[in-house]
Amino acid sequence: MTALFEIHDLLIHRQGQPVLSIDRLAVEEGEILAVIGPNGAGKSTLLLALARLLQPTIGQILFRGQPIPHDLTYRRRIALVLQDPLLLNTSVYNNVAAGLRFRRLPRIAIDNRVRDWLTRLGIDALRDRPAPRLSGGEAQRASLARALVLQPELLLLDEPFGALDAPTRARLIDDLQVLLKSTATTTVFVTHDQDEAMLLGDRVAVLLEGRLRQIGTPEAIFSAPADAEVAAFVGVETVIAGRVTQAQEGLLTIQAHGFTLEAVGDFSAGRSVLFCLRPEDVTLWAEAGMGKGSARNQVTGKITRMTLQGPLVRIIVDCGFPLVSLVTRASAKQMGLGEGQPVTATFKASAVHLIPRG
Amino acid sequence: MRLIWEGLLQAIRLLLSGNAEVWEITLLSLQVSGLATSISLLIGLPLGTGLALGRFRGRQLALSLVNTGMALPPVVVGLIVSIFLWRSGPLGDFRLIYTPGAIVIAQLIIAAPVVTGLTVAALQQIDPRLRLQLLGLGASRGQVIWALWREARLPLLAALMAGFGSVISEVGASMMVGGNIRHQTRVLTTAIVLETGKGEFASAIALSLLLLFLAFLVNLVLTWVQQQSTRGER
Repeated sequence: MTALFEIHDLLIHRQGQPVLSIDRLAVEEGEILAVIGPNGAGKSTLLLALARLLQPTIGQILFRGQPIPHDLTYRRRIALVLQDPLLLNTSVYNNVAAGLRFRRLPRIAIDNRVRDWLTRLGIDALRDRPAPRLSGGEAQRASLARALVLQPELLLLDEPFGALDAPTRARLIDDLQVLLKSTATTTVFVTHDQDEAMLLGDRVAVLLEGRLRQIGTPEAIFSAPADAEVAAFVGVETVIAGRVTQAQEGLLTIQAHGFTLEAVGDFSAGRSVLFCLRPEDVTLWAEAGMGKGSARNQVTGKITRMTLQGPLVRIIVDCGFPLVSLVTRASAKQMGLGEGQPVTATFKASAVHLIPRG
Repeated sequence: MRLIWEGLLQAIRLLLSGNAEVWEITLLSLQVSGLATSISLLIGLPLGTGLALGRFRGRQLALSLVNTGMALPPVVVGLIVSIFLWRSGPLGDFRLIYTPGAIVIAQLIIAAPVVTGLTVAALQQIDPRLRLQLLGLGASRGQVIWALWREARLPLLAALMAGFGSVISEVGASMMVGGNIRHQTRVLTTAIVLETGKGEFASAIALSLLLLFLAFLVNLVLTWVQQQSTRGER
């Protein structure tokens, strides 16, 4: 595999402020890179720079080993889809044909490709419908068809599912994944939603405050975030400071907030660490001392807050530090959990992710 | 009341009789205002596009000037054009004063800011990110502008109608720079002023009806074009 593009020492200023700084980033051909980060992290700036619609202040982007030329030929090898569908006020067909017409392809070729992609995105029946009369999901499909029909060497997607309701979004993500993989389209896809990133990304890059903080497989990012901020962004909600007191064959004993906890990792005794836990890895027990199973860690505390989150309940337990747990509504009800109630929380040593501190 | 009725009846008779002079005046009005509007479109569309989409020093000032120009009083335009075209004026050598050409120039100065200003407004209504999106789909700068014009086709046609409307109905400038010379520079509006002044209400009413009908007809055609273009064509 060769890199389709490589970024070297990129720095971009907008309105005199540095908004994006990336030392190195390479994306392989056929790869789907999900870029996640909160609003204002520089995600869209990255896409605009890759689309050559924004000039880097310093540094360069190599496309197939060559610096990107600042001209139309490059823009005609890629395709960019912005957050809102931004369709033209004409039929779906004309919208999907727009990019091919810009390229002055023969009429018959345009017609074949447009029909093909309308079918692939399941909007063939909407061919003659004026764009303003499409639903959000239909418009987004038209917008994606408009880009995919160009068979771009690099597809850049800016929050393409941002404005959709959950079921529409899930269906579109499924379809898009199949299409991108079957066409081996190299894609950089920006989102603030970690689920989307996990579902679609071969690799995930975390962008915080204009800097690339971590890049790796979705599993690596979500189970082993590089630092506390990445951890917080990717949904590791319990992060506590502790110190390794004992290290034996990869099994560590850690003192944190008066508890003796166990974790798996490669740190020596005396090392300060951040102890990270995902809420879904924490099990709650209504009575003290009930912890069992293979969970090596047990802490006690009082429930301070319970909030509904779809079919789940997010529970914050005060154990001297806030511990977040997600349980199903049914088990919360069964255990009779309520605010103020003392509980025991257990979690496996292998569920703990340690980040070195200082 | 009798005055109005008789005037109306006579006007209709005059129109139906196919009075050669009436048709000559009407044709000249249409030619002069049509030409002035067409040229103002050729100037106003690119200029308005540049002002709407461009980012350059002095843009705000230029926009204010255009907006002021939209409200230029025709008599003031007539005065300025007269001074310039006057035999002893700076452009006197062209011998344009009291010719249809002079009226076209005056009407152009009236219509161009209207078309320009409304073009700016039409293009500024479009989501600015659409330009970025079109560039991201491989459009050249020219293709982006063409697509934006198509996107703003309804308000752009409205701009054209407003431009035509402002000059076909204008009288002050045409009178001053054209001189209302019979068989030469007499247009509908100046003829109406003359006939009314003479107390020839029937003729004035007939010409007014023609003027109204003409404005209606032109706008009818433009509206039809406008509505045709809204259909999602293939």
